[in-house]
Amino acid sequence: MPRKFSSRIWSRVVHILVIAVFTVLLAFPFYWMVITSFKQNVDLYTMENNPFLFNAKPTLDHLKFLFTQTQFVRWLGNTAFVGVVVVAITLLLAVPAAYSLARLSGRWGERLGIAIFLTYLVPPTLLFIPLSRVIAFLGLQDSLWALILVYPTFTVPFSIWLLMGFFKSIPKELEDAAMVDGLTRFGAFVKLVIPISVSGILTVVIFTFTLVTQEFVYALTFISSESNQMIGTGIPIFLVRGDVYYWGALMAACLVASLPIAFMYNLFLDRFISGFTVGAVK
Amino acid sequence: MAIASGKVKSIGAAQSPLLGAAMFSPAVLYILLLVAGPFFLAIFYAFSDARIGNTEMHFVGLENFRSILHSPSFRIAIRNSLIFTICSQILVIVGANILAIALEKPFRGRGFIRFLILLPWVAPIALGAIGWKWLLDSIYSVISWVLVALHFYKPFNAPMWLGEPHLAIASVLLVHSWRLMPFSTVILLAGRTAIPKDIPEAAAVDGAGFWRTQFQIVMPMMRPILSVAVLFGLIFTFTDMTVVYILTAGGPFDSTQTLPSLAFALGIQGSDLAAGAAISLFLVPLLVIIAYFMLRVAHRAEVT
Repeated sequence: MPRKFSSRIWSRVVHILVIAVFTVLLAFPFYWMVITSFKQNVDLYTMENNPFLFNAKPTLDHLKFLFTQTQFVRWLGNTAFVGVVVVAITLLLAVPAAYSLARLSGRWGERLGIAIFLTYLVPPTLLFIPLSRVIAFLGLQDSLWALILVYPTFTVPFSIWLLMGFFKSIPKELEDAAMVDGLTRFGAFVKLVIPISVSGILTVVIFTFTLVTQEFVYALTFISSESNQMIGTGIPIFLVRGDVYYWGALMAACLVASLPIAFMYNLFLDRFISGFTVGAVK
Repeated sequence: MAIASGKVKSIGAAQSPLLGAAMFSPAVLYILLLVAGPFFLAIFYAFSDARIGNTEMHFVGLENFRSILHSPSFRIAIRNSLIFTICSQILVIVGANILAIALEKPFRGRGFIRFLILLPWVAPIALGAIGWKWLLDSIYSVISWVLVALHFYKPFNAPMWLGEPHLAIASVLLVHSWRLMPFSTVILLAGRTAIPKDIPEAAAVDGAGFWRTQFQIVMPMMRPILSVAVLFGLIFTFTDMTVVYILTAGGPFDSTQTLPSLAFALGIQGSDLAAGAAISLFLVPLLVIIAYFMLRVAHRAEVT
């Protein structure tokens, strides 16, 4: 009996230890962002100080600097603007396509769906060089519209994939009944299928928006002026003046920008995962 | 009334193929124009001498590939791309399996812990990477401070994490693994929760210990989901350029360049579109292999 008891304690200790170690390893950089954001420069840049403690009073200077002396707010606005427009375009393209592939085209729809999913695997790092010429040809260099044009290349395929699964779970009989009652197929789609798919559509909205905020390569390639940056490029590139890193402001910016995104993503995580697992989990 | 509704239904059915095509063709057209089109343009550039700011270009055959294959930077880039992709995947799969087992058991505060663990994946990677750049700073690195405090190094003598080639490679590898670990963990966790509880329990009743249950019963059932985690993980790391660009910009002396970051350095910053395009095309073989396996997983899931 005592042996069994001690082995249970052991397994609890190991359990807690494993979780604690991984949590610290994974979350530490964000904890460090918090610490750095509120430390005075004298404290940050004195090597004798213990960096884990506040050796001088905490300060809001970095946040003030960030919001008043830099274009940070502008970048947040740019990101929100591009995000909203890309979400709208993605919905317009992906919702009808996913419905049509899930319902109307049978076996063919299945294959086309998989083909579209495969385009999600074509990475920005393969396309940014030719696309930079396309953007130049269209005269969209250094314009947010370049990003709006290009971002749906990675949001549309995955959204179609997510929504296809969603529409397939709606019983066909529902639309048949509506069509018997006098609605056209398209009418049934607009008036019946879309309203009951709100949660699936919301998943796509959040997923698309977070993908836009996380993008880096296209924004780096197409956008050059400071005031047109997105958060992903503006913070690491334009908060550095010459060789001088404003670490306090940098870390504050990372924190302010990433926490809301992380929070949104977290709420819808299980749905995204079911999209990634491609039916490998029942 | 009955006639009218019957008529509407038959019209709806007759229109279906056309309506279907009308509904998916905008998306397909968009993808053809902005994914397939640029892809072929990249191939076209790779066989030309296209440069930024020069409207003329000529067909040069395999010239770009020949000069790339002779360049030491390219060989380093392809080696690094493979090292980062494969080594980070090994670390991630081992870590993520352990973490998924630990997270499967309910405990108080699991939701909050899950949020913390997910941060590296859900926060924009450019911002996570800049956080690491601060942690690995040449002077004020907190990691160096701890190592000095523990007397591993003398003060001011700690290594330059991003300044020495081998350490820089290790740092980039570490950040890639850090970024990917949460993603693989939640995928594996989804796979674990989908296994009916009575199967491992029955094994335990039959006398199988924890490790035997894990390796002989749970792991085989997890194979499809494990391959999904690995395939996506390989793609995310292999095609990523953000981590390297922010941490080291390929330096010191091109020692941490990867295929994507070298393509950017030559093709965009160096204006040599042709060379950049040719380098990025070296991503394609692995992507095709991964796509093939992805299709096999999807197909198997469909059949069973």
